[in-house]
Amino acid sequence: MSALMDILASAGLWGAVLRIATPLIFGTLGALLCERSGVLNLGIEGIMTFGAMIGWLAVYNGADLWTGLLVAAVCGGLFGLLHAALTVTLGLSQHVSGLGVTLFASSFSYYVFRLLVPVAGTPPTVEAFEPIALPGLSDLPFVGPAFFTQTPPTYLAILIALVLGYVLFRTPLGLAIRMTGENPHAAEAQGINPMRVRYGAIIAGSALMGVAGAFLTLSAFNSFFPTMVQGRGWICIALVVFSSWRPSRALLGALLFAFFDGFQVRLQTVLDIVPYQVFLMMPYLLSIAALAVMARRARVPQALMQPYRRGER
Amino acid sequence: MRLERREHRPLALVLVTPLVAVAVALAIAGVLIAIAGAPVIAAYGELLKGAFGSRLATTETLTRAIPLILTGMAAAVAFRAQVWNIGGEGQFYLGAIAAAAMGSEVLGDLPGFVQIPVLMLTGATAGAVLLLIPLWLRLRFFVDEVVTTLLLNFVAILFVSMLIDTVLKDPLGFGWPQSEAIADQAMLPDLVSRSRLHVGLIIAMVLALLVWFVQRRTVFGMQSRAAGLSPSGARFAGIPLGRTLIFVAMISGGFAGLAGAIEVMGVQGYVTTELSPGFGYSGIVVAMLANLNPIGVVFAAIFIATMFVGADGMSRAMSIPAYIADVTVSLSLLSMLVALFFTQYRIRK
Amino acid sequence: MSDDVLEIAGVSKRFGDILANDDISLSLARGEIVALLGENGAGKTTLMNVLFGHYVPDSGTVAVMGRPLPPGRPREAISAGIGMVHQHFSLAANLSVLENVMTGSERLFLPMSNTSAARKKLMALSERFGLKVDPEARLGDLSVGEQQRVEILKALYNDAKILVLDEPTAVLTNLEAEKLFSILKDMARLGLSLIFISHKLDEVMATADRIVVLRGGRSVAERRASATSKAELAELMVGRAVSRPMRDHVERGDVVLEAIAISVRIDGVDRLKSIDFTLHAGEVLGIIGVSGNGQTTLAHMISGIVQPKDGDLLLYGKSVGDMSVADVVAAGIGRIPEDRTHEGAIGEMAIWENAILERLGDYSKHGLVDRKSAIVFADRIIKEFDVRGGVPTTRFRLLSGGNMQKLILGRNLIEHPKILLAAQPARGLDEGAVAAVHERILEARRNGTAVLLISEDLDEIMALSDRIQAIVGGRLSPPVNADHADARMLGLMMAGEWAQAMPGREVGHAP
Repeated sequence: MSALMDILASAGLWGAVLRIATPLIFGTLGALLCERSGVLNLGIEGIMTFGAMIGWLAVYNGADLWTGLLVAAVCGGLFGLLHAALTVTLGLSQHVSGLGVTLFASSFSYYVFRLLVPVAGTPPTVEAFEPIALPGLSDLPFVGPAFFTQTPPTYLAILIALVLGYVLFRTPLGLAIRMTGENPHAAEAQGINPMRVRYGAIIAGSALMGVAGAFLTLSAFNSFFPTMVQGRGWICIALVVFSSWRPSRALLGALLFAFFDGFQVRLQTVLDIVPYQVFLMMPYLLSIAALAVMARRARVPQALMQPYRRGER
Repeated sequence: MRLERREHRPLALVLVTPLVAVAVALAIAGVLIAIAGAPVIAAYGELLKGAFGSRLATTETLTRAIPLILTGMAAAVAFRAQVWNIGGEGQFYLGAIAAAAMGSEVLGDLPGFVQIPVLMLTGATAGAVLLLIPLWLRLRFFVDEVVTTLLLNFVAILFVSMLIDTVLKDPLGFGWPQSEAIADQAMLPDLVSRSRLHVGLIIAMVLALLVWFVQRRTVFGMQSRAAGLSPSGARFAGIPLGRTLIFVAMISGGFAGLAGAIEVMGVQGYVTTELSPGFGYSGIVVAMLANLNPIGVVFAAIFIATMFVGADGMSRAMSIPAYIADVTVSLSLLSMLVALFFTQYRIRK
Repeated sequence: MSDDVLEIAGVSKRFGDILANDDISLSLARGEIVALLGENGAGKTTLMNVLFGHYVPDSGTVAVMGRPLPPGRPREAISAGIGMVHQHFSLAANLSVLENVMTGSERLFLPMSNTSAARKKLMALSERFGLKVDPEARLGDLSVGEQQRVEILKALYNDAKILVLDEPTAVLTNLEAEKLFSILKDMARLGLSLIFISHKLDEVMATADRIVVLRGGRSVAERRASATSKAELAELMVGRAVSRPMRDHVERGDVVLEAIAISVRIDGVDRLKSIDFTLHAGEVLGIIGVSGNGQTTLAHMISGIVQPKDGDLLLYGKSVGDMSVADVVAAGIGRIPEDRTHEGAIGEMAIWENAILERLGDYSKHGLVDRKSAIVFADRIIKEFDVRGGVPTTRFRLLSGGNMQKLILGRNLIEHPKILLAAQPARGLDEGAVAAVHERILEARRNGTAVLLISEDLDEIMALSDRIQAIVGGRLSPPVNADHADARMLGLMMAGEWAQAMPGREVGHAP
């Protein structure tokens, strides 16, 4: 029991929570934005992989860290453009298109990586983001080292969650996006072009997914290796449902999720009779449980997964 | 400019579509090969040589096609009834470990004619059970099975990793996490001597024919197609939706599990976490390239196997990353989607 | 003509081989109400989509206040002052009333929505035109009538000077419809101009100043409401004297189906509340009601898709428990579903497959489908019920609406069922197909079939039914004899005013 309390009382756990949560926040917000406009983006897993690879590669080749993030965002946006062309313009199955994008983006990442970085014993590394102590706040006892000594992208993630919440619920653009996800015909009747809104949302959402991946290689770790995304994209898709398509709850959900994840990692050292795989399963099982609890209650955007064609009802 | 639905799809168009899709994918991959600095034509020559250049290469390619036929069928059967089973990878591993455990821990020294059917059945059952969980979540809680099957892949592989690390660990495995091997008589006989090609190929092809027959001619085939095309229409016609989907899921998961079992029984004899280079995911591409037709699945699986086996040869000869196979396969899925679109619609001014 | 606010001149629009609009011209004066009268497929909706910028016409122009509108630009149409009230509301259930109204009204990239100003404007409009709404309510929680108010307010919010209403009364009770029309007349008095699209002669005569009749894509006549009659309009609309078949006298037989205090609950909502009816052989029992009052559940219950929670269903005098679809089909109950394309058939399957889907047991042996006899069966339906445009192997979705319905009718009637459930059997069909469907139903009645007809169409119910019950909020009124019923009485019944509709009888009151 006291071991549990020790874990909970360690600033290390709480500091890890935000670090684990960051890619989930970026990814979940990206997926949420796509879905708010009515398009499920299962390309997320592959886009995160590509973002992780290309962000790292850019920095490895001499770009600074922020440029690395930007490159990942742009590439994410390009994959988003591909997904949009398939699902919006052609109106293909969002499930299958998304999986296709994931398979393509991840295999393409591995190909490019292997092509440019020859096989080595240990993967080459870059100088990753350093934690920044927020002046004043980081001096607070316990809370300071736990929450206010993070790398810059973590602060950025939280900022983007707030901004996205504001845009969706307080601006005309956000209303247009939500209307497009609920009833694209109504949006069109009010002079909004649903196709354009969807393109925009998918590209912007996918850019966030790219950043989510780049965080892994530029902040959480400092190198790239295949399969490093480890299903985080799928977890983000589950978190979107868990959040009822609200950015503030997405932030909360990602933090909650990261808390359990950070907790189980530390629990492993205490409960060493239990095989470590049991702990590693937890995030996935937790996501499934969250889906089962929330799926029925959530107010799904009514036009999610329905292709829009002008004049066709 | 607008899109118009085609009223009739000529057979020739349906047959040509996957070929066009594959050609487009190969062309784009060719650009990537060129960027890597290799001569494209020669590289594809090496690829063909790697896949069919010798007796050994050919049998390797066909061996690789066996699990792909089965996972492809898993996806095709499910997709046709609009059950989005993306969990083939997890079901594959669970089927493999179930068969291995049954063989090494339970059946032990029983004769082969008992072991082989029991192991296959065990693997299929394990795969089926794993897919029934997400289906139950869908029917009971309205949870999209795409995400749950994807997540369960990770759970299943971790579960397998745990088993071969603990209770099923091979004491003779020099500490490597691998399961105990099944008995020699439980291994599937070779189809061609001095090769790894085993009778699993015949089993998979017979099953493909059987599925084709069931889908075309039986009441169950018609019911599951109706359930997939229009749940409300099927419900009105009195087709038991839940039961039909459960059957479909059992068949689909069963095929993926069987793929795992047969891979253990045909090739390796034991399970590691490297047993599958993504057979479950590639199965989705196989199914789409085949336009969900079971006979087409056989050909699509052989194509994908060609890409993977051939790319290894090409990679050795030309120093192009072998991942080019994965890229080509995923590109052929995307181009197949677009090609299918144009078989269903035509552009009118 | 300078006071014309709207001038549509020579609009033509072709889709493939179909000329949906053929040189149509129309003008609208300030403060005027013009009715656009025509059957399904006459080109009304196409014309309105051209007006609203959803379609680009092949030729012709639209001018508002003398200024030509650029074609194919909905935004321009809105800002020129055209407001559209769609039949299927263009609203989002998950958004609030205010959000629904505000969408697209501000520049897209403003840093913040001005919600308080929008709320103020909405409330002012709501006050001025007597359209009461709660701006913060979630739209999906409102009744259909309230949602229509939101749809109208949305148009007014965009400063519409010209309001186009597409079949506005399709979803309203008679009383709600009367209220709506008095509001519309007030609007016209306040200077708005209105076009409303309808195929209902009564409301057109009562409300419009001027009536334009469309037929086959052409404008065939224009009349002042004061200078025409229902009979003339009907003939203009159809192009010939209207003759829907009428029922003749048939001696009714024994009770074949009886519902006693049946209740149905779906997802925790009581959809049917203790309903009673009896159905005799050789009669048509009409169930009239405004859409969304439990008709779907009633049809599903009798079809075997949902099961009652309480009450007793007697079939041929014997109580039957929960019946599955297979039980219902086996008991000789034919079923015409209200939704042809989603329930009645599966579009991507062949005609022969759709013909036997609900009786697969009869057309299979040892689990194998007996394709040969199924095709023979489908062929028989095609011949006997005059289904055009397909052979048994044609995919169902390639048939026209009328032929789809003939196939579904045929599949049910060819074996002479003892009971026929017909839910909205003529919905969305053109006049010729309606007559054919009605004729088949009456023929079945003559052959002794008991018909339960569920419909929202007063004319259809009055033409076919022997007895009529109204469905309101999941309750069924007591039956009235159709010979003693008139539109006013049925209107009261549909509104739940049963005591008023049937004076002297001991009846309940719908909630």
